[in-house]
Amino acid sequence: MKGLRSIGLACLILVGGRAWPESASAYTVYVSNEKGNSVTVVDTDTMKVTGVIKTGQRPRGIETSQDGKFVYVAVGDDDTIEIIDAATLKVVGKLPSGEDPEQFAIDPAGKYLYASNENDAKLTIIDLATRQRVGQVAVGIEPEGVAVSPDGRIVVCTSETTSMAHFIDVEQRKIVGNLLLGARPRSAAFKADGSELWVTSEVGGGLTIVDPVARKTKQVVKFAIPGLRAEAIQPVGVNLTRDGKLGFVYLGPANRVAVVDGASHEVLKYLLVGQRVWHGALTPDEKYLLVANGLSNDISVIDVAAQKVTKSIQVGEMPWGVAIAPGGDH
Amino acid sequence: MVLVAALAIAWSSVCRGDAPLEIKIGYLWAKPSKVRISLLDVPADNEGLAGAQLAIDDNTTTGQFLNQTFALLDRELQQDADPAEAVKALADQGVGVIVASLDAARLLAVADAAKARGQVVLNAAATDERLREEDCRGNVIHVAPSRTMLADGLTQYLAWKKWGRWLLVVGSHDRDKLFADALKQSATKFGAKIVAEREFKDTGGARRTDSGVVEVQRQMPLLTQGAPEHDVVVAADESEVFAGYLPFRTFEPRPVAGSAGLVPGTWNAAFDQWGAVQLQNRFAAKFHRPMSALDMQAWTAVRMVGEASVRAGSADTATLVGYIKGPDFSVAAFKGQKLTLRDWDLQLRQPIILFDGRNTVSVSPQEGYLHQYSTLDTLGTDRPSSKCKLN
Repeated sequence: MKGLRSIGLACLILVGGRAWPESASAYTVYVSNEKGNSVTVVDTDTMKVTGVIKTGQRPRGIETSQDGKFVYVAVGDDDTIEIIDAATLKVVGKLPSGEDPEQFAIDPAGKYLYASNENDAKLTIIDLATRQRVGQVAVGIEPEGVAVSPDGRIVVCTSETTSMAHFIDVEQRKIVGNLLLGARPRSAAFKADGSELWVTSEVGGGLTIVDPVARKTKQVVKFAIPGLRAEAIQPVGVNLTRDGKLGFVYLGPANRVAVVDGASHEVLKYLLVGQRVWHGALTPDEKYLLVANGLSNDISVIDVAAQKVTKSIQVGEMPWGVAIAPGGDH
Repeated sequence: MVLVAALAIAWSSVCRGDAPLEIKIGYLWAKPSKVRISLLDVPADNEGLAGAQLAIDDNTTTGQFLNQTFALLDRELQQDADPAEAVKALADQGVGVIVASLDAARLLAVADAAKARGQVVLNAAATDERLREEDCRGNVIHVAPSRTMLADGLTQYLAWKKWGRWLLVVGSHDRDKLFADALKQSATKFGAKIVAEREFKDTGGARRTDSGVVEVQRQMPLLTQGAPEHDVVVAADESEVFAGYLPFRTFEPRPVAGSAGLVPGTWNAAFDQWGAVQLQNRFAAKFHRPMSALDMQAWTAVRMVGEASVRAGSADTATLVGYIKGPDFSVAAFKGQKLTLRDWDLQLRQPIILFDGRNTVSVSPQEGYLHQYSTLDTLGTDRPSSKCKLN
């Protein structure tokens, strides 16, 4: 007995006595704080805040570079996208994003960045290597969500007040199709195999499943939460697992994340998180989903396998979006 | 599916360079009165018109993907001009929908003249309850809130604050009394008690003069002295004669609400919720001044037509109006939820914003006021109480 117990103790010591059942690689999470003009840094190993980066005004869209060395954050009121060095946590450069950038996406090759200019009805195209603006496309009013197709050939941009998704050919840099959606479309996400495009409609209240090749609506998923009036359900952000089996839709002032089956599009579960949940991101190993709750100034950590919310972490003022750097310990 | 096909056809017709579908929207307006107690509240000459013009821009940007263009044909109505003549002139120019920024009497004259050629009027300014009740018309859609909605929005908040005893001070003009009536009805509806009612008679000369402050400083305490115990002073002064002078001058230290102090409305230049900053920015960039409630009401009216043309895929007036009056219609207007039309009186449902002159204090309906259909229907005249018979 004594021998076994000491082996047990030794194992515990080796593992470091961590509270988490499985020791995941430590990923670095970056959360943009829209009113706080900062980015909060969280470590997924300890699930604690490890730093705060001061940014320009009104940081919203946030993404990491593919190698995790840089963090890009759109600072709308400064009309630019700031480049943060992940090692030093300092702003080291700017991208010519055009005015009032909100959301943006980087193509699979890591060559171009596409940013929506909310005030100007435009989508700006930036060459990441040269950090030069190489083009602009006129889109609908208040462009918002941007997503690049997995094959890198089409960029989808949604416009909130025009209520459309615009399909832009990457080569021609022209709109080649438009799809009318439910009122106030927000974010767009492709399935990794390119078979579906998911788009949220904040005021329309649904999630549109689009056939991105035919550019047609396949289905509109509606949400219903007992005891909650329908108007409070306002889908904003959306993320999909790489295998396309699960999707997560963030329902804004309904304070919940809807877990949606990737194949049947059935709503499997509603997870109660913080106030006004807007955007989130999966860790590269897809063990955790971290979502930003704008009005409770915190992020919620969701265990993806268990489909449970396990923790809240206080961040800065009015957290908007989450980006997680790939690769292991930093 | 039909809609998607229509959109695809429309886009390919754009690419081919086909002639676009043109939708002409009329805007009939009278310059708002410049009489205001505060210089900060004096409206610009283009108040209302600017909102309509911005909405045409927004409609046009959307329309470019659908091969639709929009034009605003505006006509300012002088005091003695015949509204019917202006309506006919617009009809001759192919205008089927007219947005009106006019008082109730002229609005009704426009509506009656519009019937002949099947034109429909969107009321962007008049708050009179009678337009939604005994004087309702099948060809008038109300985008402006009614006085009842404004009063209800304010009263729900006062009830939430438990400021249930009111000292009501009413101006001596008709419109002041109409607002007072609405406030009294709201008080009954939501359980507030009007402990006393006083009138402020407009004898002229109460507004700004060089020595105005000294007089007003003495008048306001006197006006509100000796009333039974009350929690709030509610002022009904649409004529802008005295209410702006009440805050910080009431005999007892009490908040002021109604026409001054805590004021109910549909928009203000400081409103920043639900993406409103985007609209405020677009407006300021184009017109170099803050956006007012009337600007927002006109914007919403013109956007309703744009939304209908996009969803119905048509420029035909009957089709557009049919869509707006139909069950699928809604408009997104930076109010946090979609706005829909009441089918019993054609009033646009909407939240009411409570403003203190610098910041939004609250937005009604207040939490806890329930309704079987929509909580927005706790503001204004609900279906069972409606006297409107649409024709």
